[in-house]
Amino acid sequence: MALKPQGTLYRGKVGMWSWVLHRITGVAIFFFLLVHVLDTALVRISPEAYNVVMESYKTPIIGLAELGLVGAILFHGLNGLRIVAIDFWSKGTKYQSIMFWAVMALTIVAVAGFTPLHLARVFGE
Amino acid sequence: MSVIIETPNQPRTRKRAHWEKYGWLFMRVSGPLLIVLVFTHLVVNLVLGDGISAIDFAFVAGKWADPFWQVWDLAMLWLAMIHGTNGMRTIVNDYTSKETVRVRLNYTLWAVCGLLVLLGTLVIFTFDPCPANGAASLLPSFCPAR
Repeated sequence: MALKPQGTLYRGKVGMWSWVLHRITGVAIFFFLLVHVLDTALVRISPEAYNVVMESYKTPIIGLAELGLVGAILFHGLNGLRIVAIDFWSKGTKYQSIMFWAVMALTIVAVAGFTPLHLARVFGE
Repeated sequence: MSVIIETPNQPRTRKRAHWEKYGWLFMRVSGPLLIVLVFTHLVVNLVLGDGISAIDFAFVAGKWADPFWQVWDLAMLWLAMIHGTNGMRTIVNDYTSKETVRVRLNYTLWAVCGLLVLLGTLVIFTFDPCPANGAASLLPSFCPAR
């Protein structure tokens, strides 16, 4: 029986994909953080200036993007705990895969719980 | 021709500080702290009460009238900025091939980090919840102008 060629692309497993996701979410959170420090600094200019910019956070498009931001923060934080466990817990490497799926499950459950609450506020009155 | 390997069984002794190790450790110490700081920040600002629709000047003024939230946000600002900048430094080190590009990008990252940490710290400590230039209707309820 001839072996089917598998190609040479390294596909990795959850260890690799969690690393990729950790980087992407980290960079996204970093750039939001820069914007967020600047928008919060507007409270020092005037109440009007701050409120005008805050209104943009309540628009539908940005409101939807906030769900992505909250999901990114949840994943990055929980996966960070997984990394700490892998580095400092003697059984960390043994359970790294199951911990990844626990991180994904917690992230999805939390975002699913937050979504209707948040969207009602963004799209409501 | 023989190759002389100088006492390979001896550990390297270095007098320099182990900055990479401290950076690695900082990520693992600040990370769990940031989970407490940021997750609480998200629950208080986006989940409790009216969430995003309640966030305005009066909301921030109400929080920062309390030293507890000033210290909370200050810790979050410093830890998140340094954690984020150090993470970006790791990425820059991974993907740049030219040394000058790497050094310049990292220099820019830390310069931006320093400026924003300074700005944010000044904002938290010089903040006036009842500014004279604010329309009375936008101020928190405890201001005399209301």
